[in-house]
Amino acid sequence: MEILVCARRVPDTSENEIALNSAGNDIERDDLVYSINEWDNYAVEEALQIVARIGGTVTVVTVGNDDDEEVLRREMAMGANHGVLISDPAFDGSDAKGIATILKTFIQKGRYDLILTGVQAEDGGAQVGGMLAALLDYPFASLVNSLEVLDGGKLKISREIEGGNKEINEIDLPCVLSIQTGINEPRYVGMRGIRQVASVPIPTFNASSLGIDPSNVGEAAARVKRVDYFVPALGKGAQMLEGSREENIDKLVELVAAKGGLK
Amino acid sequence: MLESTYIPAQAGRWLSQWQILFLTIHALGIACFGYIVAKRMVPLLRAERDFRFDQPLVRLGRVLQFWLGQWKHPRYRTAGVIHIVIFAGFIVLACRAFSLLFFKISGDFLMPGFSGTTGNIYDVITDYAATMVFFCMVIAATRRLVFKPARYAVPPGYGKAHTVDAIFLLVLIAVLMVADSLFAASTVAGRFQQGEPVEALAVLSLPWILKSALASTSLPTLWNIRLGAYLLHQVTFYFLLCYRPFGIQFHVETSLFNVYFAKLNRGTLKPVRWDVSDEHLDQVESFGVKTFEDFTWKHILDFYSCADCGRCSDNCPSHAVGRPLSPRFLTIKARDYSFKHYPVLGNAGNGTALVGGIYSDDEVWSCTTCGACEEECPLLVEYIDKIVDLRRGLIDDGNVPQSLQKPLKALESRGNPYGKMEKKKAEWAKAKDFQSTCDVKILDGNRQADTLYFVDSITSYDDRMQSIGRSTARILDHVGENYGILGAAERDSGHEVRRFGEETLFMALRDHNVEAIQASGARRIVTADPHSYNALKHDYKDVPPVEHISQVIAREVKAGKVKFNPVENQTAVYTYHDPCYLGRHNQIYDDPRDVLDAIPGLKRVEMKRSRDRSFCCGGGGLMLFYEPKEDQRMGVKRVQMAAEAGANVIVTACPFCMANIEDAIKVAGLEGRMTAIDLAELVDQQMIRQVCATVSVNPPDRVAQQESILEPKTAIGG
Repeated sequence: MEILVCARRVPDTSENEIALNSAGNDIERDDLVYSINEWDNYAVEEALQIVARIGGTVTVVTVGNDDDEEVLRREMAMGANHGVLISDPAFDGSDAKGIATILKTFIQKGRYDLILTGVQAEDGGAQVGGMLAALLDYPFASLVNSLEVLDGGKLKISREIEGGNKEINEIDLPCVLSIQTGINEPRYVGMRGIRQVASVPIPTFNASSLGIDPSNVGEAAARVKRVDYFVPALGKGAQMLEGSREENIDKLVELVAAKGGLK
Repeated sequence: MLESTYIPAQAGRWLSQWQILFLTIHALGIACFGYIVAKRMVPLLRAERDFRFDQPLVRLGRVLQFWLGQWKHPRYRTAGVIHIVIFAGFIVLACRAFSLLFFKISGDFLMPGFSGTTGNIYDVITDYAATMVFFCMVIAATRRLVFKPARYAVPPGYGKAHTVDAIFLLVLIAVLMVADSLFAASTVAGRFQQGEPVEALAVLSLPWILKSALASTSLPTLWNIRLGAYLLHQVTFYFLLCYRPFGIQFHVETSLFNVYFAKLNRGTLKPVRWDVSDEHLDQVESFGVKTFEDFTWKHILDFYSCADCGRCSDNCPSHAVGRPLSPRFLTIKARDYSFKHYPVLGNAGNGTALVGGIYSDDEVWSCTTCGACEEECPLLVEYIDKIVDLRRGLIDDGNVPQSLQKPLKALESRGNPYGKMEKKKAEWAKAKDFQSTCDVKILDGNRQADTLYFVDSITSYDDRMQSIGRSTARILDHVGENYGILGAAERDSGHEVRRFGEETLFMALRDHNVEAIQASGARRIVTADPHSYNALKHDYKDVPPVEHISQVIAREVKAGKVKFNPVENQTAVYTYHDPCYLGRHNQIYDDPRDVLDAIPGLKRVEMKRSRDRSFCCGGGGLMLFYEPKEDQRMGVKRVQMAAEAGANVIVTACPFCMANIEDAIKVAGLEGRMTAIDLAELVDQQMIRQVCATVSVNPPDRVAQQESILEPKTAIGG
């Protein structure tokens, strides 16, 4: 099976202290460290596991710039067969539809049976997967947390629904799925693995090589624009319980029950 | 047909009639043994290289100490003494065995120097040796069958009990001793009946008792007994010789080599490959141990040499708290694998993956590398290098627990496992009331110092442990040290990164630090973290000499530069917990104790498990992130040991011990009755500040209220 995973490089929330810049319209980007978007990493792992079971190749694609090569290399070190970078200054400022348009054009140049995205990006809005499926006119399932390949070009998938329940679906290939975390346990990628793929060439496409009209993407075409960043003010401090351990436990149970946390 | 053998009076002559049979047994026995040993050598030859051929004199010295001197044995009094007696008996009897072996060649064969008076003395000694070994077999069998020491038990999941095999071997040795004694007894009794001059047998020895029992036996029967005893001895001897390479008694042959080739340098780790330098490691296709043949030949020799005594697991903290790791079975399982895949008859099987086969992931990740197993092993079997090599293999395959992936990733991008910003590395030294009294220089090129204080991640970033950093700085300040820190340029020492098998990441951290340390211009390094201490001392090259703060304090106490106020709290009873990487791995046991004993009025007790038998608190570095399967926390066991010893203050000298022990005090429900303090904090609290009165009003940070960045393990990864 030919699988394409759309991945993205994001500031790592666990290793950064996110703060607004002085203008208040973006986060402070000096000193940030980046990593692959967590959901995308699960998607790559899932793709690798499918290929390990039934054969095929895994390609990881990202829309970004030269810095974003690092996540492609990381996923290649994980086992992805190919990494593809789509990069053009004309793409800067694209909204989700712009990104989906770029990806659609790339996908239509190849043959992929299955396209995976993460459910959302850490700094995104969970939009690209669905839009991409619509643009390609492929079936789409979101929040996929288990996946099984059936005979006859079908997948059996389960989707996470509220309350931890699962909904089981059958979906025709080719399709687009957005992958939820927890679907698997992504393998570890160390520096050694990344170094081993350091010299593997990564094909790069731009607007002209993909045949994209710059007026359909980028800032000019974006119909959703970021106007501000907002950091919520800290709420009031936690309620401190005072007393012996037993008293505190009783009070805590009472409080949690009062707020509907215990049934 | 035996009857024909008693007629000749001279023993040598009747033996000659059996020459062919004896020769056949000899030839068969030696050939079988040679063949089996050759087969056992096959995996060693296929294994990875291991450089163990240096320092022959040191190695010989260790053979004298640990092999001939049986140095580690008395650590287990009963079993140890029994073993020493058996070992001594074997050595004595080995010579006798030779004389018996060659007896067939010539009736009057005597080992050089074993004739005359010395010969008589030697005979008496061998009589007693056989007797002692025989009785040791009886005692050992009784222990196995009646007293059943817990450490011999085979826990569920590790196969069937080894008692039958053990008893079988004990019986064989006992038979050998009886045959030996019976031969001597029947010879003397026969000669005596014939009126020939005989040497006296050692009074109350086995041959003496048997001779007395045979006194009235007829001469022909005596010669038959003698012949039978000789035959029995020979057959048993060769059976044992050829049977030993199939089980725990192979150590009789291998121990000498295992001790000679044992690892010499504590605290170090083996390189990924002995024959590949760091620069060329990228070209190595696979890291670590994945299949059996990835072990080094010495590690396979370890597997052969294990005597299944159970001392390693008896001391293993992971085993004690119910983690799925038993060092004993790490070895036994590998040996079983080796015997199965390299059979004596038939061809070697294909190498299969060890983890997922004989080992589980959890087993490999459960080890804290505390070194208690290696400290205890009488045969100097190594474990840490094997565990680390297995982890290297897992890391190489991407098979890493999710709980460890985040900290490893953070170490890669931020240089610390917590994902904290590099620029905040020195914030501990900028606390307002601290900075006003103690200015910690940052050696960033603008400022210079002789001494570098290497702080490391946990002390830099964890609110609670920062107090240890500030106390260390105050002590260095107090003794007039010209010191500074690297600040943002300092990365994690990588000590645990390396011990968790991430060699490439470790190398990156190390190279960065070495460069920063060299650029600082410092001529010596001090650290308060035994893990950094061990890394800087053993894992790093081309850095200045390093000392742990306890060594510095001990020296300054002796020099009179550090003096202490008496302990005010009369009810406080202190006990010192030896951190593994200060104690066992670096042999620093006395300095911290000397410092404590220099504090007037300080009452100190020792825990049962102390010094080289110290019990690991739960492990440092990445082990704080790992979520083991266990029944109990190691730290909880440790604080209970402190309580048993009658202590209510645990002094340690390692930030990771502090994290684990403070946690454990809460979990054990000993809050309010037990506290923990770092040696540096205690010294900082008690030392008399001479000059400036304003300084002494700044006690060490009160530690208990501060929050820790170390979330309880249960909260991580949920």
